Amino acid sequence: MRTLIFRTAAPYLTSLMLLFSVFVLLRGHNEPGGGFIGGLIAVAAFAIQGIAFGVPEARRAMRFHPMAISGFGLFLSAIAGMVSIVFRVPFLSGLWWSPSLFGVTVDLSTVMLFDIGVYLVVVGSLTSVALSLEEREEP
Amino acid sequence: MTTTPVAAADWLVVAPVALPILCGAVLLMVRHRIWLHAWIAMAGTSLMLASSLGLLLRSLSAGPRTMVMGGWLPPFGIAFTADVLGAAFSVAAGAVAVACCAFSLSDIGSTGRRYGFYAFFMLLMAGVNGSLLTGDLFNLYVWFEVFVISSFGLLVLGSEREQIDGAVKYAILNLTATTLFLAAAALLYGAVGTLNMADLTLALRAQTAAPIHALAGLFLFAFAMKAAAFPLNFWLPASYHTPRIVVAALFGALLTKIGIYALLRVLAMIMPGGLESFGGLVAWAAAATMILGGLGALAQSDLRRLCGFLVISGIGVMLAGLAVGGTDGLSGTILYAIQSMLAMAALYLACDAIRDRGGDISLNRLGGLYASAPLLAAVMLLLLLAIGGLPPGSGLWAKVVVVKAALDHGFGWLAFCVLASGALSMIALARVFLLAFWRPAQAPAASVTPPSPTMLLPLLGLSAAILWIGLLPETVLSISRLAAGGLVDPAAYVGSVFPGGLR
Repeated sequence: MRTLIFRTAAPYLTSLMLLFSVFVLLRGHNEPGGGFIGGLIAVAAFAIQGIAFGVPEARRAMRFHPMAISGFGLFLSAIAGMVSIVFRVPFLSGLWWSPSLFGVTVDLSTVMLFDIGVYLVVVGSLTSVALSLEEREEP
Repeated sequence: MTTTPVAAADWLVVAPVALPILCGAVLLMVRHRIWLHAWIAMAGTSLMLASSLGLLLRSLSAGPRTMVMGGWLPPFGIAFTADVLGAAFSVAAGAVAVACCAFSLSDIGSTGRRYGFYAFFMLLMAGVNGSLLTGDLFNLYVWFEVFVISSFGLLVLGSEREQIDGAVKYAILNLTATTLFLAAAALLYGAVGTLNMADLTLALRAQTAAPIHALAGLFLFAFAMKAAAFPLNFWLPASYHTPRIVVAALFGALLTKIGIYALLRVLAMIMPGGLESFGGLVAWAAAATMILGGLGALAQSDLRRLCGFLVISGIGVMLAGLAVGGTDGLSGTILYAIQSMLAMAALYLACDAIRDRGGDISLNRLGGLYASAPLLAAVMLLLLLAIGGLPPGSGLWAKVVVVKAALDHGFGWLAFCVLASGALSMIALARVFLLAFWRPAQAPAASVTPPSPTMLLPLLGLSAAILWIGLLPETVLSISRLAAGGLVDPAAYVGSVFPGGLR
């Protein structure tokens, strides 16, 4: 699969897909999208990177071990539930915080934190699967 | 939305589930720094046990506690409801987890840790506690999946040929059971339109119409498969001897009892009418499970397989209490389940200690341990008495309650079976004692180093708990009676989910 065309196009494809995956993740609160589907898009991006440049290169580009990313996602989601204890509301309650940055109101919430956690769990676990499958195929 | 502030103490309802998930996540993150694993896992299991204990005390003093996730209103939001039954099981499970975690410090090497033993362990405990504390039937299915998937990971730890073979059998049968459970839950949702347990209790307790029988049958089949009741027990002896013994101890102690818990919760509390229509079947299955488990244990020479059959035999006694029904029968089931969790975990761990001391796991080659490991012999003697149902072991009182309930309700033959199975497991374990401990050593002792404290302390701790239940049974007896009362009359359970008497 390491043709010149593919190797030239892969970095652009990967970065575009990663960007798109974050977009899908963030719009997921009220519109189609969300952590799970965004995560799948990001996994596809990493898989392309792995096919084009080889698995060791893709692993280096990710910096962290995929399973560690997945663990961090689970940790974030659990913390998103635990924040409620401070505000004396039940576990996993949606809490909102709307700070103004340069005149623009940004809505941040524990729901979003939870969704980012889901995104990272999906990215970590499925990239781990995809990369190890690709590893097997190499001669 | 609920708007009343939640007292910090009510967070105990989710703490036994949330803590292991957090710990499991951290363990995944530091997967390659294996020197941290044991510390994190020990801290996590200890905190989990402490929160379960706090939850039990709170549910004893203030009745069942409910927290609905995200503050949504009960039949729609996912409720976590901890009553005495769930909290008591959770405490026993926590005690087993702490013991197994401490034991694993010397038993699970760096390879197992790198494979993620402790991460799987913590997620398994999250699944177990989630199953015990959830108040929603679909959520129960989700927690079943959580611990089943973690258990696959633990089963294949090491990836030996034999382990894969055992894991395939275990996986297929367990997935069949959970799929049936899911199908039953879907049908139930179609029939009633709710899956909240308190809501289901209100809707179904008085029902005796046709679909309830079919649904109860499906649930019975699915949970009996989980619990390894005859004739659905064949997966257990086929797989429980393959993993590491600590893993087998966790499985043998906890997973089958979750099946029993689900039977109690769904059949005894939500559909007592459905359970009644299957009462005769449950009684026969209980008798067959007890006797076949005992006979199977007699025929084995591999200690791990022997333990597997003893687990099955114990499940039979619990089913007998369920078949008899009523507060007394159910409290027998609960008491037996709680003490069996401790005893089975201790028995498996003792087998590992025997292998460590004697250098073998087969009764054909073991011997001479009475001289070389006297403390282990004392622990084994206590376990023999506990599992056989003789004083001062914990099994005595559980069997007394089940047998008395069976006699009171006119199940004389079932009471006889309970006693016969006790005798059979007694003989099976006495055989272990005779061959592995009293018989002169077959070969020169494999290890002469003193046993490591991480191996002895958990065994001694579990033995102390077993002895405590055996000598001073009043506390545990009253807890099990309260738990059974909550199943027979679930008004308090329903009241905690719907405080205003909604619907």
